[in-house]
Amino acid sequence: MTDHTDTATANGSPGAPLWLLAELTYRCPLQCSYCSNPLDFAAVKQELTTDEWIDVLTQARAMGAVQLGFSGGEPLVRKDLETLVAEARRLGFYTNLITSALGLDEARIHALRDAGLDHIQISLQASDPDVAAAVAGSAKAHAKKLAMARAVKEAGYPMVLNVVLHRHNIDQLDTIIALCDDLGADAVELANCQLYGWAHLNRAGLLPSQAQLEAAEATTNRWRQRLAERDRDMRLLFVVPDYYADRPKACMGGWGSIFMTVAPDGAVLPCHSARMLPMDFPNAREHPLQEIWYDSAAFNRYRGDDWMQEPCRSCDERHKDVGGCRCQAYMLTGDPAATDPVCDLSPDHHLIEAARREAADDSRSAQALTLRNARESQVFCRT
Amino acid sequence: MNQTGIDTLVYRLRPGWRLQWEEAQQRHVLLYPEGMVKLNDSAGAILGQLDGQRDVATLIERLQAQFPEAPDGAIAEDVHAFLVDAQQQGWIQHD
Ligand code: SF4
Ligand code: SF4
Repeated sequence: MTDHTDTATANGSPGAPLWLLAELTYRCPLQCSYCSNPLDFAAVKQELTTDEWIDVLTQARAMGAVQLGFSGGEPLVRKDLETLVAEARRLGFYTNLITSALGLDEARIHALRDAGLDHIQISLQASDPDVAAAVAGSAKAHAKKLAMARAVKEAGYPMVLNVVLHRHNIDQLDTIIALCDDLGADAVELANCQLYGWAHLNRAGLLPSQAQLEAAEATTNRWRQRLAERDRDMRLLFVVPDYYADRPKACMGGWGSIFMTVAPDGAVLPCHSARMLPMDFPNAREHPLQEIWYDSAAFNRYRGDDWMQEPCRSCDERHKDVGGCRCQAYMLTGDPAATDPVCDLSPDHHLIEAARREAADDSRSAQALTLRNARESQVFCRT
Repeated sequence: MNQTGIDTLVYRLRPGWRLQWEEAQQRHVLLYPEGMVKLNDSAGAILGQLDGQRDVATLIERLQAQFPEAPDGAIAEDVHAFLVDAQQQGWIQHD
């Protein structure tokens, strides 16, 4: 195959933040037990205003950011979403709305379309309304999501569905994919839930077993074949949970490398979970993004490989996976600079094996998991 | 590949995808849901000609006028190879 792509030359200095994730709010009508929002989200009260967000978008675009995700929480909770989309589009961003679909209706789909929104990604919990209800803490959400997925398709958007997989829905994968096919999806992300935030709290009750995972991969492959035979172009992306891999993923393509998150209160982060790390992150209310990205201690902390410890430090693969995820290293070992324990070369890899065993012994139902809501969050708020 | 066949086709970008010149990167990029392809100059020039009206033959003529110093047949060959590939990758479609 010929290569039509341009490969950027890597030099010492960091490139531009091509990706901006704008977490507009932590407010959300759902209470997913796999939510990756911070446990103490309820402590964040002062959301950026419309003007402050427009300023963030303008600065990021001038720095070279081009892909923009609006997420949260539930971004539709913000009444100014249409205004922000219009402004983002005017600036030249490709605008993605990452939503649960709660708060969406046909009028709003059209208003967003008129504002220039490029893409709406809806998340589904399961094919079975009961499981979906237990996991998201809402009985009405499932029907709403399906209706809105259809409306989004009808409005002419490319349809990417996102299904967060865990042990309570992964066995339904066959009917989940059938449902996505039926909805007319162009692509489906079958993402095993990342164990951060609330998902980490519920880890033992969410992590699927090895057998479940293998069955799910086989189902996905069977569907790929079936879709190809029908000439149906629906791409299936299956994301294996880290806990069953023997090498970590290159988290965010590297710390402060292409990805920048702005949290609801203006905190600027290298990824949406980094807030949990024992360090201070600069705020867009106080510093220009340019200075934060290139010069702040936080963004330079884990750039390059000087910060690495053994076994990463002398490992040939260190530029491929950047030693894995700093949040995972911190959550599991207490040291954010440790090798991600997912790696089987890590001296802490036994922690991952223990987590798999713990999950295998956990017989809680989906209903017994801790729901992500403001009341539970108060427990984690230090203020 | 039957090249007279391909010359009558009218290609367009996949719905919802966007071609854009990025000043900061000094190149064309192809933007799609949560992703981006960084294009080299010739890929950018070819995709820039797709407007959902022109067939491939017209597109080649226009590129030839734009790059008169290119050797005979070279542009047609590049365009054919590129379009077949781009379609396989799901970047473009025809009716
Ligand atoms: S994962 Fe669920 S609870 Fe968390 S923000 Fe998304 S929809 Fe809301
Ligand atoms: S030791 Fe570190 S760099 Fe090497 S494979 Fe494991 S995580 Fe990657």
